[in-house]
Order: sequence, then structure tokens, then C-alpha cells
Amino acid sequence: MSVVSRVFLYLILALAALYTLAPLWVMLATSFKSLDEIREGSLIAAPQAPTIAAWGKAWSSACTGVRCDGLQPFFFNSLLMTIPAVLISTIIGALNGYSLTHWKFRGSEVLFTMLLLGCFIPFQVVLLPMARTLGAIGFVDSVFGLIFVHVVYGLAFTTLFFRNYYLGVPGELIKAARVDGAGFFTIFWRILMPISGPIFVVCVIWQFTQIWNDFLFGVVFAGSDSQPVTVALNNLVRTSTGVKEYNVDMAAAIIAALPTLFVYIVAGKYFVRGLTAGAVKG
Amino acid sequence: MRSHSADRWLPKLVLSPTLLASLIFVYGFILITVAMSFTESRLLPNWEWAGVDRYVELFDNDRFWTSAKNLAIFGSLFIVISMAVGLLLAILLDQKIRGEGFLRAIYLYPMALSFIVTGTAWKWMLNPGLGLERIVQQWGFADFTFDWLVNPDKAIYTVVIAGVWQSAGFAMALFLAGLRGVDSEIIKAAQVDGASLPTIYRRIIIPSLRPVFFSVALILAHIAIKSFDLVMALTGGGPGTATDVPAIFMYQFSFSRGQLGVGAASAVMMLMTIMAVMVPLMYAEAKSGAQR
Repeated sequence: MSVVSRVFLYLILALAALYTLAPLWVMLATSFKSLDEIREGSLIAAPQAPTIAAWGKAWSSACTGVRCDGLQPFFFNSLLMTIPAVLISTIIGALNGYSLTHWKFRGSEVLFTMLLLGCFIPFQVVLLPMARTLGAIGFVDSVFGLIFVHVVYGLAFTTLFFRNYYLGVPGELIKAARVDGAGFFTIFWRILMPISGPIFVVCVIWQFTQIWNDFLFGVVFAGSDSQPVTVALNNLVRTSTGVKEYNVDMAAAIIAALPTLFVYIVAGKYFVRGLTAGAVKG
Repeated sequence: MRSHSADRWLPKLVLSPTLLASLIFVYGFILITVAMSFTESRLLPNWEWAGVDRYVELFDNDRFWTSAKNLAIFGSLFIVISMAVGLLLAILLDQKIRGEGFLRAIYLYPMALSFIVTGTAWKWMLNPGLGLERIVQQWGFADFTFDWLVNPDKAIYTVVIAGVWQSAGFAMALFLAGLRGVDSEIIKAAQVDGASLPTIYRRIIIPSLRPVFFSVALILAHIAIKSFDLVMALTGGGPGTATDVPAIFMYQFSFSRGQLGVGAASAVMMLMTIMAVMVPLMYAEAKSGAQR
């Protein structure tokens, strides 16, 4: 390839990178500006007199509908919802994947296909009965309802992750262990678990991102006090009392994005693996 | 071999909660929703049979057709542009680029964000007055206007802009993984035969990516049909109802307007749309897989 076309190549790639980064830069820059500076300055300019006032307000005093104590309570709601939902769905998925690959029985393939099809449904088609059900068992308006829903609809994916991973474990290994007298859980614990590190990371990251970023279940099933941070962010942006505070909006958006961005930065490799594994479902 | 009698039923026991959950909360609930769409349900479920009345109501509703049209516009542009940009970036990155890992990480980070965050960010950048419009005006183009966000005829395209920004990197990652899987011997042989790089891509590499095209299209179509959060955060379905999509229609009729029957009917239509898109794509994918 000629030097000219190589330069051109890098130019396009660099422009695409700038374009991708621009919104993050604009969000950051805006969040550190005062409203006056936003009105007078330029969208992409760096803040001249950086202030963290907008961050403080977004965290602890901005109005999200009727409440005016910022994103803070909802951020903790999200943590309270996400952590148990991720752990429970991952552990069940691991055991499911193990059973489906190394303890096949009549009908286990049918079962797997059935689970897999569940990945494809638009959740709108289960919202109405689920809302009634959560109401009937007293889970409505609570973080338990959201944990329950995320576990139920996350299982298909977590099972898929572990099934595909455990397909690569030779059956002879399991057979040999059985000959030596090891049972179902012993084999899982002693043989599968020690080699499952990477897939656990992939699965946890995938579930964490999905559940943290969810909006639909949050907006439909949460009460005003159990809302996740995505719903609160949307309310914060929509709640306008007089002047629109773009700096507070942007600080709030970054706060809501921080956990998943952090995970992406420290474990991006596994994140990509999860995306592509989730992509070749079926 | 020492026999563990428990091992005969343990795997089934382990799988049974998931099986039960799937039967009830996926398949059972779909049936309930379908059933509800044929009833007199309004504010509360009412199991009196109503035939296809709810569907007639749905199809007579202009808002439903607006939302269907918006989904068609958004879906097709979102899928085509994300795939085109993704494929282009993947091919460029595949030319032994220095700093490839770094660039890849940049292109893909939007996928880690919630659509609500993406929508909030773009809502700010695209707002006429202080956003992009003013930057271009500050650059000296005083007459420049960019009001798509508040223009009912153009607002749906802002959803495309934000959606592509978020998902193009994802398409890139999948295409790049596909490109890395292409047999390098074939490429070398073609180079020996004197084929130019563009020709090799057009005639050999891209055709061999057929299955990847199917799966990228499948996932993007899936994201598009389910699109709810992005539109809610960016335009809220407005101005007016200009950017309504079926997911918003379903949400509003079911949970704000107390029209459970119509909401259920629209949810069923969404399921049918996904099936109508997925089944042929999956069939084509399976077929192209079998040919290889």
C-alpha cells in the first residue's frame, strides 16, 4: 500500500475515533461548566472556570420528579438490584450449562432450544402479565421485584454462555471423575469451577451491563422509591423547574454511566468476548 | 464405579427452576398476552371475549401507524448505516494498523453505556440554540440551522444518528472477528495471482463473511425493534407523536392510558414483527451455513 493511502487510512480511523469520543468529551466539559459559561461559550470548548457544583447537585439535590435528593438514592437502588441479580443468574446459569453439556438426558436439547428462543422475544410481550404477577406476590414497587425479573429473563443468556463454554470441556474428564466416584456437585466444584474463571468474568460483566443499563423493566416495575438510576436519570432530565440545567444533566448522565464505563475500562477484553458470544447465540 | 443414585435426578432438579421459569414467565406469559389482546380489557383485565376488536382499534389508530412507519425508517437506516460503518472500520482496522487495540476500544465504548445516557448526551448536543447548531454558527456560518430534534419531520433521524453512534462499534467488532477468521492462504493465493486489495475484499473476503452479515443484521434488527429507552431519552416520542415507536406505543397504552387490550395487541404485533424478521434471517443463516 502506498504511503499516501496509508496516511489516508489513519486519517479516517482517527476521525472516526474523534467522532466516537466527542459526546463523552462534550458531556464531561459541560458537566464542569457553569450555566453562564454554557450560554456564552461553545459546546466543545474546555471549561474556562471548572466547577463541580453541577456534580454535587446531580448527586444529592437535583429533582427527579417529586423527590429532590439527586441520583444518590437511585444509584444505590441500582447497586442493590444489580449485584444480587447478576450473582444469582450467573450461578444458576453455570449449573444449567454444566447439566446441559455433561449430564445430557432425554429432552435436554429440546429444553435448551426452548430456553434459547426466550432470548429473542421482545419483553413487551410479557410486561402485562408480569406486572400483575409482581402485584399478586407483593413484589411490586420493590427492588425484589426487579431482582426477580432480571434473574428470570437473564437465565437464557447465562445458561447459553456456560453451555457454550463447557462444550469445550472433554467428556472423558467427567467420565474419569465419575469412575473415581465423584458425584454431580463434586465434579462441578473440583473440575469445572477451577477452569471457569474466564467465562464467569464474561458472564458477570455481560449481566452487570445489561441489568445496570436496563430502563424498560425499571420504568414499568419499580415504584418511585425503588427506581434504578436509569429511570431516575430520565426523570431528572425531564423535570424542568424553570431554567434547564444542562451541566447537571450531563453530570447525572456520567454518574449513571460510571459503573459500566469503569467495568469496560478495566475488563474491556471480557466485555467484547461477551458481546460476541451473546451475538452468536444459536 | 461407585454409583451415585442422586446423579440420575440431580441435573434435572438443577434445571427444573429454569424450565419452570421459562414455561411460565416466557411461554405462559406470551399466551396470556395473546389471550388478553382478544378481550375487553381496558383499565383492568377483563376476560370477556372481544374477538378481533382490539386489533381493529389498533389498526384504526393513526399513532400506531406512525409508530410502525417510524420503526421502518429508524430500523432500516440504523441497520444499514451501522453495518456499513462497522464493516468499513473493520476492514480499515484489518490493515495491520498500529494501535489497533486502542482504536477498537474507543469505537466500542458506547456499547457499555445505557441508551438513556446516550439519549441524554445527544439530546444536549443536538438541541438547537446551544448545541451543534451554534458551533457551526460560531465557525462563521451564521445562517446554519439544525433543528431536527424539534422538527416533527426530521426528529426520527436524530434517533438514527444516536443509535448508529452507539452500535456501529459493535458491528465493527463482529465484522473484525469475522475478517480474522478468513483463511489467509486464500488471500495469499489471490495476491500471487495479481488481484488488487479492493478486488480481494470485494470478490473473496466479503462474500465469505455472509454468516457474519446475517448475525449482525439479526442483532441490530433486534435492537431496533425493541428500541424504547433511546427514543424515550432523546425525544420522548415527540415532538408530539412524531417519533413514536411501537415499544413506546405499547408502554403508553398499557401503563398510562389504561388500554390493556390495545397494549397487548400492540405487543403481539411486536412479537410477530420480530418473528417475521428473525425467522427468514435465521433460515438464511442456517442455509448458508449448510452450504459451506
